[in-house]
Amino acid sequence: MKFGIVTFPGSNCDYDAYQAVVEQLGEEAVYLWHKDHDLKQCDVIVLPGGFSYGDYLRAGAIARFSPVMRDVVAFAKRGGPVLAICNGFQIACEAGLLPGALLRNASLKFICELVRLRVETSDTMFTNRYDAGALIRIPIAHGDGRYTADEATLDRLEGEGRVVFRYAGGPADADEWWSPNGSMRAIAGIINETGNVLGMMPHPERAVDPLLGSADGLALFESMLARVAV
Amino acid sequence: MSRYRIAVHITPRRGILDPQGKTVADALHTLGFAAVRDVHVGRHIVVELDAGDRKAAEQSTREMCAKLLANPVTEDFEIASVEAA
Repeated sequence: MKFGIVTFPGSNCDYDAYQAVVEQLGEEAVYLWHKDHDLKQCDVIVLPGGFSYGDYLRAGAIARFSPVMRDVVAFAKRGGPVLAICNGFQIACEAGLLPGALLRNASLKFICELVRLRVETSDTMFTNRYDAGALIRIPIAHGDGRYTADEATLDRLEGEGRVVFRYAGGPADADEWWSPNGSMRAIAGIINETGNVLGMMPHPERAVDPLLGSADGLALFESMLARVAV
Repeated sequence: MSRYRIAVHITPRRGILDPQGKTVADALHTLGFAAVRDVHVGRHIVVELDAGDRKAAEQSTREMCAKLLANPVTEDFEIASVEAA
């Protein structure tokens, strides 16, 4: 399987994603330059983390207009799998591939730590190698990760089983929707209507080897391998 | 064609948590501005553009707001002023 990892000016997790795919998963990966209109016949597109265009205006707002995004959106509309991580999630929301927006963390602080997530559904091409309800440890590193959408959108996401990851394991007195960044309903990752675009703030590509503190992210890549037809 | 300078205010939509605004409000309270009820921190953007007339300039700026300058999911915008540049 061939992964295409988009490099925008300011992307800084493209290499991490490349390493996760090539070294840990043992699959092929290529970089896709943001100015090109060439997805190089990739089977999966990764929108990686970083600070594309310096987060000018809003995180992801400018990257969305990069030439390659027109091809990524068309690929997604055809059902092509897109994994949008951190800044990639912000870009996917700005591009209309996913509903909602990621706003400044409620604490106003950049948060960089290993967090616990609950896998809400194993019925996706990105999570079929997890058990639903499993708690996994994946790092976050963002200043703008507060998932926000209107109530109708949130209800719809829940009703359609499209909330894929939730933050879990807050302090003892935390309420049901506790999250490190103030996300509505503790949402850490969602999937689009057709199930082929996953957006998540946590970084599975940084949790693919026990040496990194956790290998819990590897199953996400293995899930794609198991389900995406090549 | 004439040149116009248009100022746009973009603010977080009411009802959406605005931690920056709240922090500033708390700081103002600390400074003794007890009468402050609410603060919202947004963006002020000035666009200079060429247009046939004032109305066209404003219309064009509204489109810019809807497509890029503001996020329709979380922000509101208003044209604060239109001046001949």
